[in-house]
Amino acid sequence: MDLSRLEINRRTALLTSAAIAANVINPMRAFAQETPRKGGVFNVHYGAEQRQLNPSIQASTGVYIIGGKIQENLVDLDANGQPVGVLAESWEATPDGKTVTFKLRKGITWHDGKPFTSDDVAFTAMNMWKKILNYGSTLQLFLNAVDTPDPQTAIFRYERPMPLNLLLRALPDLGYVSARHLYESGDIRQNPVNLAPVGTGPFKFVKYERGQYIIADRNPDYWRANAPYLDRIVWKVITDRAAAAAQMEAGELHYSPFSGLTISDMARLGKDKRFIVSIKGNEGNARTNTIEFNFRRKELADIRVRRAIAHAINVPFFIDNFLGDFAKLGTGPIPSTSTDFYPGPDTPQYPYDKAKAIALLDEAGFKASGGNRFALKLLPAPWGEDISLWSTFIQQSLSEVGIQIDIVRNDGGGFLKQVYDDHAFDLATGWHQYRNDPAVSTTVWYRSGQPKGAPWTNQWGWEDKAVDKTIDDAATEVDPVKRKALYAEFVKEVNTELPVWMPIEQIFVTVITAKARNHSNTPRWGSTSWHDLWLSA
Amino acid sequence: MRILSLAGRRLAASIPTLFLILIGVFLLLQLAPGDTVDALMAQMGGGDAATAHELRKFYGLDLSVPAQLANYLWHLMRLDLGFSSIYGKPVATVILERLPPTILLMTASLSFAFFFGLVFGVIAARGVNRWPDTVISTFGLIFYATPSFWFGLMAIVVFSVYLQWLPPGGFEDIGTVQTGIWRALDIAAHLVLPTLTLGLIFLAVYLRIMRASMLEVLNLEFIRTARAKGLDETHVITRHVLRNALLPMVTLIGLQAGTMLGGSVVVESVFSLPGLGRLAYESVVQRDLNTLLGIVFVSALLVIVVNFVVDLLYARLDPRIAAEGS
Repeated sequence: MDLSRLEINRRTALLTSAAIAANVINPMRAFAQETPRKGGVFNVHYGAEQRQLNPSIQASTGVYIIGGKIQENLVDLDANGQPVGVLAESWEATPDGKTVTFKLRKGITWHDGKPFTSDDVAFTAMNMWKKILNYGSTLQLFLNAVDTPDPQTAIFRYERPMPLNLLLRALPDLGYVSARHLYESGDIRQNPVNLAPVGTGPFKFVKYERGQYIIADRNPDYWRANAPYLDRIVWKVITDRAAAAAQMEAGELHYSPFSGLTISDMARLGKDKRFIVSIKGNEGNARTNTIEFNFRRKELADIRVRRAIAHAINVPFFIDNFLGDFAKLGTGPIPSTSTDFYPGPDTPQYPYDKAKAIALLDEAGFKASGGNRFALKLLPAPWGEDISLWSTFIQQSLSEVGIQIDIVRNDGGGFLKQVYDDHAFDLATGWHQYRNDPAVSTTVWYRSGQPKGAPWTNQWGWEDKAVDKTIDDAATEVDPVKRKALYAEFVKEVNTELPVWMPIEQIFVTVITAKARNHSNTPRWGSTSWHDLWLSA
Repeated sequence: MRILSLAGRRLAASIPTLFLILIGVFLLLQLAPGDTVDALMAQMGGGDAATAHELRKFYGLDLSVPAQLANYLWHLMRLDLGFSSIYGKPVATVILERLPPTILLMTASLSFAFFFGLVFGVIAARGVNRWPDTVISTFGLIFYATPSFWFGLMAIVVFSVYLQWLPPGGFEDIGTVQTGIWRALDIAAHLVLPTLTLGLIFLAVYLRIMRASMLEVLNLEFIRTARAKGLDETHVITRHVLRNALLPMVTLIGLQAGTMLGGSVVVESVFSLPGLGRLAYESVVQRDLNTLLGIVFVSALLVIVVNFVVDLLYARLDPRIAAEGS
């Protein structure tokens, strides 16, 4: 197919870029000297309802956007992405990395009036983070016990060294605490409190009408002085993206998080003075677009074919024409937003080079007969417009070098089953979510020995002992400098072998009313407690 | 009494069909790749294999397919629709919660479509091939051909964003607690746009059917007789033509009652209404078998009931059709 047909989209993409660029500086307005105003209702777009709301047992933005205002974590990230205490006041680790002690804040009570103590932390860590929480169960695999010598001290004891910087970067997401007295008896998953959460946070749960809305009101006994400012938060369940954009314009919604609107609506609202459209405040939710190779196909087991595929796709062209400023060129599994671990672009890269791609394929022995070399089945994940566009772009690009692509579309459950359990794919494409530290959800994409059926893990039929060793060493390395060096080595290795290619970096886009103040001021703002958020008159 | 026994016999005759439908849907969903745990993993953004195994046990998916099916049917015999995996409560409760908005929306839009379809159908038939007919038929076709999501979105843009007359979505106002008549008025205001959006599509169908059936009846002998005996035109239309022309309309209502419970996924999504259509869609995507089967079961029951009522109505409209066919 002729790529010049894509030109139609160039104009929209350029307009989009301009609109976003103009608005990225807008959040600065929030820092002008204004006296914070108390009161007001903040209406939030809630696109996909979850099965429950407790962030101690489910790590996903769909839970944090609500549960993160009601329950709190031990630590969170500050404006510079550095760990800052929330329920924990301070922490220290022993030099061997096997013991981490948290000092907890005094005088905090749960919304039902009971005091918050280290017993709650120990119970949550051992019964929820270690046993139920997705990614938590991997992180806390070697957690042996949590000792509670007094109500303000929780001592985490590990069997193997736990790097403190890994724990502190994982806990903002994987460190929400639940009340022991409410979960002690019965099955934690079935506990009705999961749908009517009780926490220590700035907002108290009021009501949840499934399919309609969730309400939380100001917690008058909140432990931070003068917080929160808002009287109430209402999350409105709106599944249709275009309808949500119309509700923003009608003033019925103040905030649509995590790229909840269509790309064209975000571009349009970006030009409207009433809204701020920005990627700021989402740096902690970076993701990369992938191409996952199935090594069970003999063609794809050949490294020359994988490299040829990468060389055949003009990624900068795709980003410029389809994603605008919502995305940038990626350089590997660790995105550039991860200041602690990003190894720089100086690792093996595969720039667009059609001639080289053709040469590599010829060299591998897959000659074109009648223009066709071989056919591959591509499975795109159903989340996000960008994946759908990207899969079509892959199809068109590869047809130019003689590889025919059949796109097979599935819904979420079907995609995960076919790729990560049945291995019924040749190429798959979706998102890799980076969670502030490569050990949380990145290295599982490359470490061999992943159980069949575990989504977003190495199911490629690929194994590399050297890579496995680098991953294992980094996971228990206590020295931050050495850890960073090990992850740089890891990126170099996987970019050379290319079992998965991660050529695009994206950050979620926020659409929020220009009346909001103190918003988007931390790298995971949409998930945080919003204790300082206020609405100007 | 005769009606009751007739109803009983009808229901008994439908039970085998009902079971076949349920088994069919159950097996069909087994063909879709992935189960509710895969869907949950997709929603959570990941999880390890041990968690997945735990969850499969929790949702009873570690059993074989025939065992799951037998389990379901056994519960159904005792009128237990099972437990919804997305909602974590009994399916019957979930469906009951979603019924009022669905029934309200569907009766409102069907009544709207039926009434205006009838009126405009009569007007079009009386002015056949003249300007009223052309205008009405053209608009009817436009409404029928326009996708409902577009209609809905345009209605929101015009009436909610620009004019700000009506709320852009939701079932009722969340900000203020209302009771009694004020709550009813509030809900009514929220339902105006969705009713119109959905009703305009149905309207086109009713209008075409009404027009065609009026034209057919107008050419029959007994109408000529009525006119010949000196009745005025209004009398002829209302007493003689309309009553006979209504039969196809009633048939259509009976047919559309089936889609009624299924609701309209598109209109419910655009207007963020908590209806059964969205519930059904969500249960397919999330592979929540129990909820989906529950919806199919309730819809099937409703279709049986409505068709029974339609049969009774036939007899009322046209005495030549006896209620029992004997």
